[in-house]
Amino acid sequence: MSLEVDVEHARGGFQLRARFTASPGLTALFGRSGSGKTSIVDIVGGLIRPARGRVVVDGQVLVDTERRVFVPAHRRRIGYVFQDSRLFPHLSVRHNLLYGRWFARGNGGAAGDLGTVVDLLGIGHLLDRQPDSLSGGEKQRVAIGRALLARPLLVLMDEPLASLDETRRAEILPYIERLRDEAGVPILYVSHSVAEVARLATTVVIMAEGKVTAVGPVLDTLPLADAGDGGSVLDATIHRHDEAFALSLLTTAAGELQVPRLNAPAGAHVRAYIRARDVMLSLRPPEEISALNVLAGRVAAVTPISGAQADVRLDCNGALLMARLTLKSVERLALAPGRPVYAVIKSVSFERT
Amino acid sequence: MTAEEWTAVRLSLLVATTATLASLPFGIAIAWLLARGRFWGKSVLDTVVHLPLILPPVVTGYLLLLSFGRRGPIGSFLADEFGIVFSFRWTGAALACAIMGFPLMVRAVRLSIEAVDRRLEAAAGTLGASPLWVFATVTLPLCLPGIIAGAILAFAKSMGEFGATITFVSNIPGETQTLPSLIYTLTQVPGGDAAAMRLTLVSIAISMVALLGSELLARRIGSRRQTA
Repeated sequence: MSLEVDVEHARGGFQLRARFTASPGLTALFGRSGSGKTSIVDIVGGLIRPARGRVVVDGQVLVDTERRVFVPAHRRRIGYVFQDSRLFPHLSVRHNLLYGRWFARGNGGAAGDLGTVVDLLGIGHLLDRQPDSLSGGEKQRVAIGRALLARPLLVLMDEPLASLDETRRAEILPYIERLRDEAGVPILYVSHSVAEVARLATTVVIMAEGKVTAVGPVLDTLPLADAGDGGSVLDATIHRHDEAFALSLLTTAAGELQVPRLNAPAGAHVRAYIRARDVMLSLRPPEEISALNVLAGRVAAVTPISGAQADVRLDCNGALLMARLTLKSVERLALAPGRPVYAVIKSVSFERT
Repeated sequence: MTAEEWTAVRLSLLVATTATLASLPFGIAIAWLLARGRFWGKSVLDTVVHLPLILPPVVTGYLLLLSFGRRGPIGSFLADEFGIVFSFRWTGAALACAIMGFPLMVRAVRLSIEAVDRRLEAAAGTLGASPLWVFATVTLPLCLPGIIAGAILAFAKSMGEFGATITFVSNIPGETQTLPSLIYTLTQVPGGDAAAMRLTLVSIAISMVALLGSELLARRIGSRRQTA
């Protein structure tokens, strides 16, 4: 699957000008609200006709304003999971799920079988219920299933977890992961949550004020996001569990980390998100401190972000780590590219992403 | 009740049912145009649809006579080409009732179409449904209560229609003498009071049954949507 987007669109006083290419897996559109993420998925899904530009999915031109091509939404075979699930209130869960399949009959495409999708999403016990009687998390799972059963070439998800509380989110995230890994359907996923993007995304497209500011693999690109609380992502493997202290030991490119006991077996692959403000720097190896995690690295760059603060990018054995310090500390430690430092991370600061 | 009275009741039911069912597709189409359409002359269409509501019924009946009468432009065309005759037939009474009930029906259906969540229609589109399928499988079922309400209103209006009917198709026993026409006739002759009262009670009963029926139907649709 490939997705090429190159569009310009104006809506009210808002100017959208975006260009990116997405590869297989889950591509996250990441940015603050109002940065134009939803406009992009609406354009890809065919709900908005852009003023100018092209949208191509798998070599199939869906929009080309120069050649006056505009494929209507119902012929695009692009599934759309909305923030507000939008289940049909007059149909049962079963008939909601089967709605798109009827129109998609004869099409190839991924994950077409009701049984498979129902198992994948764990919604078998809901089939005979009406949408009104479902919880928010159940509704979103049914909405995902409904989109999948229409045999889409690409699934759009517009903040599918935004209207849910923390518990419900945690309930759905594994299903989206399974979708990405097992169903093999490419996903374009809109989010403003660093934790979600860090956990789910293969590729990240970072947007700000209607423009794409960065595109790339999640590990390299997410730290560049101006997300208020900047941070970095580390790919990690669970080495073993320390049951006595209820800790898990993780192996990462940057070194070993100890985090509160994770609910996953040893050998499992996880991603740790470390907020820049939770990283302290020391010029000497710190001794006799309470923090469990100290990583050695070198300063790669220092970027002032305001009158008082700066983001320091560290190269820890090839992995990128971000620290947010005051400009005073930067000057006192004489931090400059190439300087060896020790990064101190409080173990509680790990997001269980 | 006398045979004449029974005939009038049966005729009224036939006229009202025909008028309601025949005008329903047009009513839904016009309501959809008014709710969703964006075209030049929309307010003109809106006014024309509402005209029977504000014109004196006699005027509407007379206009029908001029256009759909045997010598009227539309009436003569339909009679010559298709053999459909309205003037002084029960079909003419149904036409008059349909026209008089039309604004009520369109209004109810239009309101319910406007209340349908368009985001659901967009969702149906992304699932592969063409606009026509979206209308048939999402819009129409969701505004069913409004359609039923509109149909009942039109039916009730047809049961009571008098002025336009009597002007257009007269008051012929067995052909165009509906319940209100017969009541009117009975009140004009000496000793007709008892019969007029009987028919008045029948008229009230039919209207109430129709209203109760629509309430029950609407409630059943509502509850099916919530539980089941």
